[in-house]
Amino acid sequence: MFFHLLTGVAGAVPWKYIVRRTLYCVPVYLGIVLLMMLALRVRDPVPAFMGKNATVEEIAQRRTEYGLDRPFFIQYGIFVGRILTMNFQQESWQQEGRTIGEILRGGLGPTLALTVPALFLTTIVSVSVALVSAWFRGRLPDRLLVISAVFGMSVSFLVYIIVGQYFLGFAIRGSTGAAPFAISGYESLQQTSFVEYATTKWPYYCLLPVMISVLVSMGYDTRFYRAVMVDESQRDYIVTARAKGASQPRIMFIHLLKNAMIPVITRVSISIPFLITGSFLLEMYFRIPGIGRALITAVFQADFPVVQAIAAVFAAVYLASNLLTDVLYAMVDPRVRLS
Amino acid sequence: MNTSEVVLSVRSLATTFRTEHGPATAVTDVSFDLHRGEALGIVGESGCGKSVTSKSIMRLLPEHVTTYGANSEVIVGKDNLLKLSQKQMCKIRGNRIAMIFQEPMTALNPVFTVGWQLDEALRLHTQLSRSERRAKAVEMLRIVDLPNAERRYDEYPHQLSGGMRQRVLIAIALCCEPEILIADEPTTALDVTIQAQILKLMDDLRHRTGTAVLLITHDLGVVAQTCDRVVVMYAGQVVETAPVNDLFHRPGHPYTKALLDSIPHAGGRIKGQRLATIDGLVPGLFEMPQGCRFAGRCPKREQNCVDEQPEVQEFETNRSIRCHYPLKNSS
Repeated sequence: MFFHLLTGVAGAVPWKYIVRRTLYCVPVYLGIVLLMMLALRVRDPVPAFMGKNATVEEIAQRRTEYGLDRPFFIQYGIFVGRILTMNFQQESWQQEGRTIGEILRGGLGPTLALTVPALFLTTIVSVSVALVSAWFRGRLPDRLLVISAVFGMSVSFLVYIIVGQYFLGFAIRGSTGAAPFAISGYESLQQTSFVEYATTKWPYYCLLPVMISVLVSMGYDTRFYRAVMVDESQRDYIVTARAKGASQPRIMFIHLLKNAMIPVITRVSISIPFLITGSFLLEMYFRIPGIGRALITAVFQADFPVVQAIAAVFAAVYLASNLLTDVLYAMVDPRVRLS
Repeated sequence: MNTSEVVLSVRSLATTFRTEHGPATAVTDVSFDLHRGEALGIVGESGCGKSVTSKSIMRLLPEHVTTYGANSEVIVGKDNLLKLSQKQMCKIRGNRIAMIFQEPMTALNPVFTVGWQLDEALRLHTQLSRSERRAKAVEMLRIVDLPNAERRYDEYPHQLSGGMRQRVLIAIALCCEPEILIADEPTTALDVTIQAQILKLMDDLRHRTGTAVLLITHDLGVVAQTCDRVVVMYAGQVVETAPVNDLFHRPGHPYTKALLDSIPHAGGRIKGQRLATIDGLVPGLFEMPQGCRFAGRCPKREQNCVDEQPEVQEFETNRSIRCHYPLKNSS
């Protein structure tokens, strides 16, 4: 049914529009990188890393070594050049011998293993819950769902993490001996096949953080989607469809859902970069070696090249998801294509 | 016209909504017949129950807060629509009874093409193949005089003007050849020239297809132009039913007369004289008087108008009226 919805819901791919919007992104990105590099240089990064005991000569030497003594715009040009050529060969200051590229690549897998299922599940579950809620608008099922959504979003992220770790990670293990969820830690794909990994290792390490992530975002998302759907369900075109003889499920899943897709898409793509930042907490508490954790660690250690590179990558992810939003808009809403 | 077959018979329709302030009965004891090929107008001011009546016929009101009177009937063919399940209603809506609405600008789904929306109606109610449906849909767009029908088929509603959208909605309504078309203020949102075109189109199609039209409007001019008979509603009740000529020339109910008097006539008034209005307000849903509902505003009120609710009674030929003292010789 999902595939049917996708083909029924999205229109043709507007290539011209994609190219135009991508070109708009270029100056924006250059501006972001400029501001970000300026901000990182407000306080001299080299002494911050080397600490009080470093001599002036040592500091000057490292500065020259990393080109930080050169004029700012030269540095800017070099950095932009590296991003364009995807050159992340520079070494980390703290983790000697590892390049930025290795750190990023190493963090990407664990981060995506958390965020992609989380975003996917959150969206599916909250759209469905919102549809049910809108269907029963004002009646008992709707009220119960709204109350639990408000309750769900009123509880802090940390409470879910601690309660989840205690009950699902620790208490179950204590009483039965079997261990469905790890309290913390991570294992990568390594030699195991994808299917085997997805059915054994992944649920053990990642399912609990993913469930927590879904639970936390669900409250907000459900309320938002419900409002969208209630709003849409009062539109005139719904009455026209009913007067035409369309059944209630048909109206909800085809007429209403395609209109509701526009705000849903915005919401989802807004959460794409948010999920990477949001996973800071999960990655820290569950000790999952993702990009968020890598960034936090790098910030603590004043690992300047890593912080700068991750910030640039995050900015790119933000822009890319905004671009994706606009393209999907154009595919779903014919009114966008003209302008 | 009155001897021909009745396609829609509404009997003692009462529609009650459950509200936060208790049950609110929006229409009470509404009865009328619609004959094959006839255009019947329902007129009345805002809030008199015209739209509730039409939506009750179509069963488009929210079911969980709506109840219909125990002896209420909406008969189409052999079926009492009020007793059917929503599933059965889906087979009737759009197929045997179609409806068009007031706001053509928003009544089409903005994210589907005109063709898709026409095709949907055909897909729901006919066994035609994909190519037959397309041919039929384009033909329908031609029938409603949409220019460039072939091209418009693939366009989206936002590419069409209000008048064109109303034509599309009429095409959607009529594509399954319904016996009854309910038009709920179909021209209110359109400007006057487009309004005339749409009314003429509806008139032509009615004569061509024999579809009976139930035209709901507050505009007496529209009624005079298109309808054969008129039902006048006031505060949730039918107060007068009459052929259109009789109604306009010899209104029987004081409310009908007051309504007609409040229409400006070209050259019919002395300069500086104010247009006649009806004093007072329509009684609210929760404060309906026990007597005649118009009594509070009626110039011909007697004591028993206040005490006793008048019943619908025969009046002259082919007319009925809900009044203790119908106007006999008004001009």
